[in-house]
Amino acid sequence: MSKVRLLVGTRKGAFVLTSDGKRENWDVSGPHFAGWEIYHLKGSPVDPNRLYASQSSGWFGQVIQRSNNGGVTWEPAGNKFVYDGVAGTHQWYDGTPHPWEFKRVWHLEPSLSDADEVYAGVEDAALFRSADGGQNWEELSGLRKHGSGPHWQPGAGGMCLHTVILDPSDPKRIFIAISAAGAFRTDDGGKSWKPINKGLRSAQIPDQDAEVGHCVHHIAMHPSRPDVLFMQKHWDVMRSDNAGDSWQEVSGNLPTDFGFAIDVHAHEPETIFVVPIKSDSEHYPLDGKLRVYRSKSGGNEWEALTKGLPQKDCYVNVLRDAMAVDTLDTCGVYFGTTGGQVYGSSDGGDSWAPIVRDLPGVLSVEVQTLA
Amino acid sequence: MIRVELPAHLRTLAGVKGEVTLDVAGQVTLRAVLDALEEKYPMLQGTIRDHVTLKRRAFLRFFACEEDLSHESPDALLPDAVASGKDPLLVIGAVAGG
Repeated sequence: MSKVRLLVGTRKGAFVLTSDGKRENWDVSGPHFAGWEIYHLKGSPVDPNRLYASQSSGWFGQVIQRSNNGGVTWEPAGNKFVYDGVAGTHQWYDGTPHPWEFKRVWHLEPSLSDADEVYAGVEDAALFRSADGGQNWEELSGLRKHGSGPHWQPGAGGMCLHTVILDPSDPKRIFIAISAAGAFRTDDGGKSWKPINKGLRSAQIPDQDAEVGHCVHHIAMHPSRPDVLFMQKHWDVMRSDNAGDSWQEVSGNLPTDFGFAIDVHAHEPETIFVVPIKSDSEHYPLDGKLRVYRSKSGGNEWEALTKGLPQKDCYVNVLRDAMAVDTLDTCGVYFGTTGGQVYGSSDGGDSWAPIVRDLPGVLSVEVQTLA
Repeated sequence: MIRVELPAHLRTLAGVKGEVTLDVAGQVTLRAVLDALEEKYPMLQGTIRDHVTLKRRAFLRFFACEEDLSHESPDALLPDAVASGKDPLLVIGAVAGG
């Protein structure tokens, strides 16, 4: 029988939640790396027992952990993230040049073809790659050295490269997103990059049509249609049908189009999920009602999903990497909150139930569907 | 034999309990002790000092013999009591909280 394994990163450790295919009863393992911030952990699609975790701390910096048995035991891997060549400067909050400084790994994206290959999106924004299971890291510096680099600036959470999407149809194509520089794509395995922000409009920058400077919060793609991308921007939900060459807004009837998380149904490439958040200064659901919104038309027409979710006095946030879908026949959808709840739906979002309620604030949720 | 006391999180990361002991050849300086520590426990590289600059991480301090040695040169000799193993070198995480 199929199993589902949720990998949950929190402010104070990692948790591994497992269930059978019914997804009714869950076993909770953790905290792993207790007391450390776990920004992200993710399993290899090639070898689901190979997991990678980003463990960090204001005191002790960055550690990368690796598991070869699905998170039962872990071993430290390499943590030397050194920018290639002269690091240079980007813009600081006040507009002055600021040296590029490594702070932490926000996102780990294991390769689609090799369990030992993994990408790391880091703050200050750069993309690193390891070909030896996370032991050694090399920057794909064509991104940071894109001519626009000196004009990138941090969002409120830091200048983080938080989204890495590998194209299953083209191993040389990678999409990434940076707050607050925008989205970029490489078609040559990371040597060169182009900004893909045409059509994004951001009132927070002087030139709304600028090539870079947009605060992209997250991007999602269905593996069967790698040219179709969905984006939750700072404000606005966006869609591209040409691999990011241009975008159009699909916020439609959402009650607010600010938010962080976005994901695509495992079997319905036009069905997408977002969690609208009130505003950039009020990071909680509108009216205290935690509602996932689902569009079955690839955007514009949205329905609120509320069954099983708190509909009063709820003031949590759902962060950009804290939503995931499984690939069972009835698609499971999961998200974690800054209040420490992890909610799951085993019916494509129609109804929800808490899996755990009282974890530390959730930073990320990934899911593995196991045979 | 040099004794080093690590913060709890680094003991967990290194998989050790209690103090760690190190053999340091030559002069016993902070740099020599940290080099030996990182050679014996490579998972600690980057967690106490930067990989490249070797600068102490901002929220860590080095204490020994009731003195704060954090701002001493890494090439200064550590106190005799540390060099002889009588006293440990303490790696201390800054107090933080509400």
